[in-house]
Amino acid sequence: MSEDTASEVLDTAARRRWMGILARASASEIAARLRDAPPLPAHTRLRGPETGLVMVRGRQGGDGAPFNLGEMTVTRCAVGVGGAVVGHAYVAGRDAAKAELAAVLDAALQDGSLRPALLGAVVEPLAAAQADRAARTARKAAATRVDFSTLAVMR
Amino acid sequence: MAYVAVKGGERAIGNAHAWLDEARRGDPALPALSVRQIEEQMSLAVDRVMAEGACYDRPLAALAIKQARGDLIEAAFLLRAYRTTLPRFGASTPLDTGAMRVRRRVSATYKDLPGGQVLGPTFDYTHRLLDFALAADEDMPRPPMPEAQADSAVAPRVTGLLAQEGLMAAEPASDAEPGDLTREPLEIPADRPLRLQALARGDEGFLLGLGYSTQRGYGNAHPFVGELRMGEVAVEIAPPELGFAVEIGDIVVTECQMVNQFAGSRNEPPQFTRGYGLVFGQGERKAMAVALVDRALRARELGEEVGAPAQDEEFVLYHCDNVEATGFVEHLKLPHYVDFQSELEKLRAIRAAAATDARREAAE
Amino acid sequence: MRAAALSPGLSDPATDAQGCFRALLDAMSRPGLVRRVPVAELRPPAPLSPAAAAVLLTLADAATPVWTDAGADAAAWLAFHTGCPPAASPGDAAFVLACGTPPPLDALMQGTDEEPHRSATVVAQVAALEAGRGGWRLSGPGIDAAHRLRVSGLPEGFAARWAANRAVFPRGVDLILCAGRDVAALPRTTAIVEEG
Repeated sequence: MSEDTASEVLDTAARRRWMGILARASASEIAARLRDAPPLPAHTRLRGPETGLVMVRGRQGGDGAPFNLGEMTVTRCAVGVGGAVVGHAYVAGRDAAKAELAAVLDAALQDGSLRPALLGAVVEPLAAAQADRAARTARKAAATRVDFSTLAVMR
Repeated sequence: MAYVAVKGGERAIGNAHAWLDEARRGDPALPALSVRQIEEQMSLAVDRVMAEGACYDRPLAALAIKQARGDLIEAAFLLRAYRTTLPRFGASTPLDTGAMRVRRRVSATYKDLPGGQVLGPTFDYTHRLLDFALAADEDMPRPPMPEAQADSAVAPRVTGLLAQEGLMAAEPASDAEPGDLTREPLEIPADRPLRLQALARGDEGFLLGLGYSTQRGYGNAHPFVGELRMGEVAVEIAPPELGFAVEIGDIVVTECQMVNQFAGSRNEPPQFTRGYGLVFGQGERKAMAVALVDRALRARELGEEVGAPAQDEEFVLYHCDNVEATGFVEHLKLPHYVDFQSELEKLRAIRAAAATDARREAAE
Repeated sequence: MRAAALSPGLSDPATDAQGCFRALLDAMSRPGLVRRVPVAELRPPAPLSPAAAAVLLTLADAATPVWTDAGADAAAWLAFHTGCPPAASPGDAAFVLACGTPPPLDALMQGTDEEPHRSATVVAQVAALEAGRGGWRLSGPGIDAAHRLRVSGLPEGFAARWAANRAVFPRGVDLILCAGRDVAALPRTTAIVEEG
């Protein structure tokens, strides 16, 4: 694949999005969605899957100079598909199988002919499930929001 | 200090380990605790171990708690030991706690603030009465958790509201590479990023006591909780081979902005200053204690009188790490036979010399 | 990034790196003896030899800036597998990987008298290594009487430069020589007593 076609295929924003969604899904969730998806291409391992650490940083005062908060476990994997396409995964935790699956999916999703089917069968359902979970947490939090106006009525 | 290699304890140690394992398991007639159960039902212990172990991994922290029989300092130690076996892939881009998906967010300084007061899963309004219903073996059916319409607006930081009025000292914008005390030994004086790292992994009890001391007059503190927030933030890294940043997942953190008076100095008008605490997991007590101690440690920088223990950088930073403290305190129980033998001989010699002198004096 | 820069590294990273480390430890502690790194399947991008590549995969990480003259593919491959940052100049590098003529040794990090370990390690790729007969006669710690090591492919006058490096002990650089899958080492304590 030449540099030009690579940049055509690679819409960084879209890739960032699916990588983030795959990172947040569990291996079993991904595997379950793959049952309704076209088969994944064969791949070779270029690096990993291997587990290591990422130093998580915060900012002093929330918005000042960075500081090192502590580390977290992360598993990464890089795979080659079809000789020229490289799929990457960096996922929180220690699940090597998930990291490899996410890397293969990243490679497959870069292939314009596979992308629509994989987005539809895997990425979008996972994204919807994650959005549902986040929304449910937000609704629970909203239920614990203090409504001071109620006190004013009682006075 | 000298140690002597002592052989012969191998069988005893092996048997002690066997007993330790039996004791860890407890009554075998009872079902064993699963790591998942600990992760889900002892979640604040898991959070504390991750914070003090300085390693965010819920299943690992839960396993450490199980292995350590619930000794949380031992569990943090296990996590610290485990992390040394792993390579470091890099550092995250700094967390954006302003974009936190808030589960809890309260302010003691403003009643009505954008985003509101969100209580979240807190012990605050419980009566601290033991709930004997929980002692029943059977899981009680639980009414569904109430939900309410959530507005998607992100809650702005309280410190930002004060800064708009110019009443809050601004944090200088910076992307300076922070020092890392896991790579370079901590040296005094330490800058604020290093102090915040040390405090984030420090012992909750030690920091709580120090924070409390600042309120009781040991240090010039007049703190308000400007804001306390807990929830999920995305962790993002930018691996060089990708050339762009990707999110690797979400973690739960607790952040405390402690607002403190500042009398002003020659260069600065009177204004509020921040004490800041950020810790892994849901750790409100710890985040507040860190924020109090962080502000106390800024005394020198702000030209305030330095005298209280919480303001003493060396005292705080060198003693807040419970794994280090454990190592040095507990090493005292290891064999010091030769050390002590020499002390004994010295003492006997001094006493013998004194007795000889006394006899000589009596004879003269 | 080009595909060559992302070809596989060690096939079993933990075990392979341990095997390489053992070979290096042997080579370092018995200067002049030739050891083979156990990486039969390693195919690094040109011009890296398996030995030079294995040494870097074993020793380099995110805390060790690497300078190399081996080209963009090799540098990217090393960074991809080890996380090592590129050094701006040889003098900033913890590891100097030279496939051609190594940079002047006294221009590299020398360490300090207090912290002599903060010095560079030179990984020099040479044409061939042969122990036992001819070439340099080596002496120093780790060598009972003398070790012979014949090195093909180092620039002329290297022995004189090495003598100068040895003179600044405890500062100075250490040298790992690589050819094919063979490694030999000259720690800064080793003297080249004669060239044959």
